[in-house]
Amino acid sequence: MIRARVLCQQAGRQAGGVILALLAASGLLLLAGASPVEVFRQIGLGAFGSVTRLADVLVVWGPLALVTAGLLVTFAAGLWNIGIEGQIVMGAIGVTGSLRLLQDAPLPAWAVLSVALAAGMMAGAAWAMLSGLLKTVGGVNEIFGGLGLNFIASALILWLIFGPWKRPGIGSMSGTEPFPDSLWLPALAGTRLSFWSVALGLAAVGAVALLLSRTVLGLRLKAVGRNFRAAYLLGVPAWRHLLLAFGLCGALAGVAGFVQVTAVYHRLIPSISSGYGFLGLMVALIIRCRAAWVAPVAVFFAAITIGGIQLPIALQLDSSLSGVLQGLLVLGVLFSDGLRHRAAARP
Amino acid sequence: MDWPTILLTGLAGVLATAGPLVVAAIGEAISERAGVVNLSLNGTLILSAMAGFAAAVATGSLAAGFLCGAAVGAAAALLVAFAGITLRQSQVAVGFVLALTLRDLAYFLGAPVMGAAGPRLDILPVPLLERLPVVGPMLFRQDVMTYASFLLIAAAWVWIYRTRPGLTLRGLGEQPAAAFVRGADVIRLRYLYTVAGGALVGLAGPMYSLSVKAGWKGTISGLDGLGWIALALTIFGGWHPLRIAAGAYLFAFLQWLGVVLQPFLPGIPSQVLQVAPFPFMILTLVLVNVGQAEWTSRLLALLPEGGRRRLAGLLRLLRASPPAALGQTFKRE
Amino acid sequence: MDITLQDIRKTFGRVIACDRVTLAVPGGTIQGLLGENGAGKSTLMKILSGFLRPDSGEIRLDGTPVIFRHPADAVRTGVGMLHQDPLDYPTLTVLENFMSGRPERFFPSRSAATRRLRELAGTFGFAIDPRACLDTLTVGERQQLEILRLLSLDVRVLILDEPTTGISAAQKAQLFETLRRLAVEGRTVLFVSHKLEEVESLCHRVAVLRSGALAGAQVPPYTTAELVALMFGRPIVFPQREPAAPGRPVLELRALSAMDDRLRLAPLDFDLRAGEVVGLAGLTGSGQRLLLRTCAGLVRPVAGTVRVNGRDLTGQVYPSCRRHGVVFVPTARLEEGLIGDMNLSEHLLLVQPPRRLFIDRPRALEAAEERIRDFAIRGSPDSLMRELSGGNQQRALLSLLAPPLALILIEEPTRGLDLESAAAVWTRLRAHCRAGAAILFLSSDLDEIRAHSDRIVVFFCGRSSPPLDPSRTDREELGRLIGGKGWDREAAG
Ligand SMILES: Nc1ncnc2c1ncn2[C@@H]1O[C@H](COP(=O)(O)OP(=O)(O)OP(=O)(O)O)[C@@H](O)[C@H]1O
Ligand SMILES: [Mg+2]
Repeated sequence: MIRARVLCQQAGRQAGGVILALLAASGLLLLAGASPVEVFRQIGLGAFGSVTRLADVLVVWGPLALVTAGLLVTFAAGLWNIGIEGQIVMGAIGVTGSLRLLQDAPLPAWAVLSVALAAGMMAGAAWAMLSGLLKTVGGVNEIFGGLGLNFIASALILWLIFGPWKRPGIGSMSGTEPFPDSLWLPALAGTRLSFWSVALGLAAVGAVALLLSRTVLGLRLKAVGRNFRAAYLLGVPAWRHLLLAFGLCGALAGVAGFVQVTAVYHRLIPSISSGYGFLGLMVALIIRCRAAWVAPVAVFFAAITIGGIQLPIALQLDSSLSGVLQGLLVLGVLFSDGLRHRAAARP
Repeated sequence: MDWPTILLTGLAGVLATAGPLVVAAIGEAISERAGVVNLSLNGTLILSAMAGFAAAVATGSLAAGFLCGAAVGAAAALLVAFAGITLRQSQVAVGFVLALTLRDLAYFLGAPVMGAAGPRLDILPVPLLERLPVVGPMLFRQDVMTYASFLLIAAAWVWIYRTRPGLTLRGLGEQPAAAFVRGADVIRLRYLYTVAGGALVGLAGPMYSLSVKAGWKGTISGLDGLGWIALALTIFGGWHPLRIAAGAYLFAFLQWLGVVLQPFLPGIPSQVLQVAPFPFMILTLVLVNVGQAEWTSRLLALLPEGGRRRLAGLLRLLRASPPAALGQTFKRE
Repeated sequence: MDITLQDIRKTFGRVIACDRVTLAVPGGTIQGLLGENGAGKSTLMKILSGFLRPDSGEIRLDGTPVIFRHPADAVRTGVGMLHQDPLDYPTLTVLENFMSGRPERFFPSRSAATRRLRELAGTFGFAIDPRACLDTLTVGERQQLEILRLLSLDVRVLILDEPTTGISAAQKAQLFETLRRLAVEGRTVLFVSHKLEEVESLCHRVAVLRSGALAGAQVPPYTTAELVALMFGRPIVFPQREPAAPGRPVLELRALSAMDDRLRLAPLDFDLRAGEVVGLAGLTGSGQRLLLRTCAGLVRPVAGTVRVNGRDLTGQVYPSCRRHGVVFVPTARLEEGLIGDMNLSEHLLLVQPPRRLFIDRPRALEAAEERIRDFAIRGSPDSLMRELSGGNQQRALLSLLAPPLALILIEEPTRGLDLESAAAVWTRLRAHCRAGAAILFLSSDLDEIRAHSDRIVVFFCGRSSPPLDPSRTDREELGRLIGGKGWDREAAG
């Protein structure tokens, strides 16, 4: 009861920010010569207009929720894990690599998929810990280390797709040879939505919520995030906890890569991460890292992404509008938070 | 062509392609010196490139293009300053979201001018000086904005290290309360420098779209990522204009090398060679920062006396620490 | 210049920092200001120097009401302040610090500023190198520079907020000499301190603040007991030194040497026994801090060995030293010691060995309440650390040290604390000693070192003296060693 009331209050407070964002977006659309009402209607229709569309929203939701859950861990430890994009990519590479190795082996599909999941998690975690090592050993801020590693990961995936893993004959942007459908995660008939993707997303969000609010480890991660030096002197093995936070987040990013490969694309494509890493950062920022809000807000952001896809056909507007809308929402909430605190500070 | 000519034109090209990075990174260094980190560079750069190009196409005036770019950059910086200084939100958060949003905004608003034919800056050789051997073709056969980038390096250095306001600027990011008791209006100056720095970043955009990479080609304009490089250069350069410029030229040189070497390295796909300078430049930050890491001092302690002295000296030389109050809000009470 | 503060009131949220304070200081006097931590001394002085604006009340200089919008206004009118935390630029040079804020030209002339600085420093007998980087200076030298800067701006009222924390005895003597001279020249000095002896020896008159209000005033001859009563409203029990019964050696250093950017510690042999308290004296940056951090495993020694309870801990990192009963308590409480955004019960959970997976909140609360009672912390289990006052932060920090401990390494145990909190801190530390721990501490307060150490080691430029017996070494002797005199004799003897 009390919890529900707190959630309602939080939602009410953010309404101002959402309105601010919608106003800004409307102004922008008028500037571009489009009718805001029509655009919002199209986005709504595009996301929730039919069962297939709804399924598509949930297809985005799964990896987005996984990634956001991971980012809550790194944010708790005071880290800006911008390398998350690269971690999804490396997870997907790990998954694809292990599937390629095992697809002809006489093993049941579930075993192959489990191995692939584990490989994806390990690859993502390893790549994330590399950011962590760059920070702890090299002193490079994780924002820049992560960016550098993102560049490397995207070079690597291009090289694999055009090089060693290219389709027989031609290497192309369309990706590697698709896997046999025995290795696809089972999907809802007629859609690309897999039960597993949603289940993994929910499980990750739940586990991270529990970790951060109830466990001693979660408390220690927060201590490291708020004051690394003091946590270290109070006896928390701070270096190890930093790496652990990176590892956990990278593992979840690896799971997102697994879902992208086995449930959505069934192969490796250059844009396998679909930008969900950065989208997850936006979700984490807008909800101010409150775990209870990951699931609903991720639905909302996924809906904007899916709803934006048909804008070019319906209204001749570039689909990058979705990104603009999402960004404006986050900015709106940040600004309205600031304005509210400022008003409250004034006597 | 003989190889000296190739090398000279190549190096002249390096100086020109590094121009926008020099300008953007010095702009960022100025706002960071004042204590505000503007992380939006990647988005600002792309949006100002698009806006500058569109303005130049619409008016037919290159000057209008650059002004428009600078205005876009200043506006983005103003948002960061308002959110960070007045509203006390995390500058990193606002900057990061802007970096993504402004990029998408550029693609969205730029759709109508995509692929349009537009003006571009002409090469403007400096009479007499262009005929100097070696330096002539390298330094004095450039366009006007490249000359401006050379001037900016010197001007920024003089401003920061030789003038009274520059002294205050250095203090502003170091210990704002100290600047305050010495008579500075911390909030106003921070706004001013952030916006000025942002305007410089905004100039860098049209330097691409009206000169170095003329035109607007939407997502394939090849500008994505350069803003992050400019941010990395600010750190690599230790917030010092000369060192920043050196870093920018190094980066442009590596890019050029990637293009030149491509025919000789058939085993490596061109995509890899093209992106290689990006992670390389970011990983050079290790050199700058490793001296501060705790393990380095532990490791140094294990070395024999002479080696330790020399290595510690080298690390100190490379080291660059950010302004101490970077990203923090100043509150009088 | 005569100063009158009339009914000054200042609140921060619900806290009343100054409650209608009225104080008049005639020109040419040195006015002392006493009060416990959080009494409102700094707030009142910041208001007088234009750093803060009062909610209500009036400031009059020579009878004319003034309103300062900005500290620079105050400096122009002739009021300058030396803040409690030094407000200067550590990364810039001495000269740049001096020039900043002076009405220089657009392209300032370095040579003219250097001349001016040299000339001023000469009149007061300060030796400061204009080209040195500020962070190579001692706290005392930084303070001298700041005083020179303010005097060069021609201030006639000088406010000093706890200027004697962190400076050496010689620097203190020089400071007092300067202040007396300024007063003779007709300038007004306001001197804030916790140390009664200083105030009594320097000030022409003293005012005492308590909970934001003026509690009383005195002119010489002062009665210490009365001043204490005015400050705290209750008597204070000072912990007595109990001579340590020499126990087994806890810490054994053999030919230990370490180095950082600036300094190299000369090889040091030293034994510390259970129950013993050893104070490290010296100017800031003479090696005391480096030694403490080396013993804690935060800095790796370049030569020699560290043994704790017979176990070789040379080159071990801090967490493993901690496992062997070594704890390190840093000076900068909110930067290194405590997590400002967490409360006491969370801190207690952090320092426990992580045996449980889930947090047991009721038990953590109970434990925190117990500590709050035992350590007389003013706060509740869920007040955030940054909301506590300095003295209470230090008590909270000490409440986190769970016995059994072998060795406590502590920097500036009572820096900035008032008499009562300082007494409380030492009472707790003594209790650890009785339980068998040894304490190695550094302090820039010579009186604290003399009052609490069983033996004293003096540092100068990385060299260390043999342990001295405080009862047989007088203040002057220590002061000379700290200032670098008599080292060759020491080394020989
Ligand atoms: N900027 C601020 N915001 C909120 N509260 C403050 C602020 N500055 C001071 N206070 C509060 O006002 C009261 C008086 O503080 P002040 O710093 O003047 O004390 P003080 O006498 O100088 O103490 P100390 O001896 O520790 O220096 C304290 O309760 C303190 O917590
Ligand atoms: Mg004070």
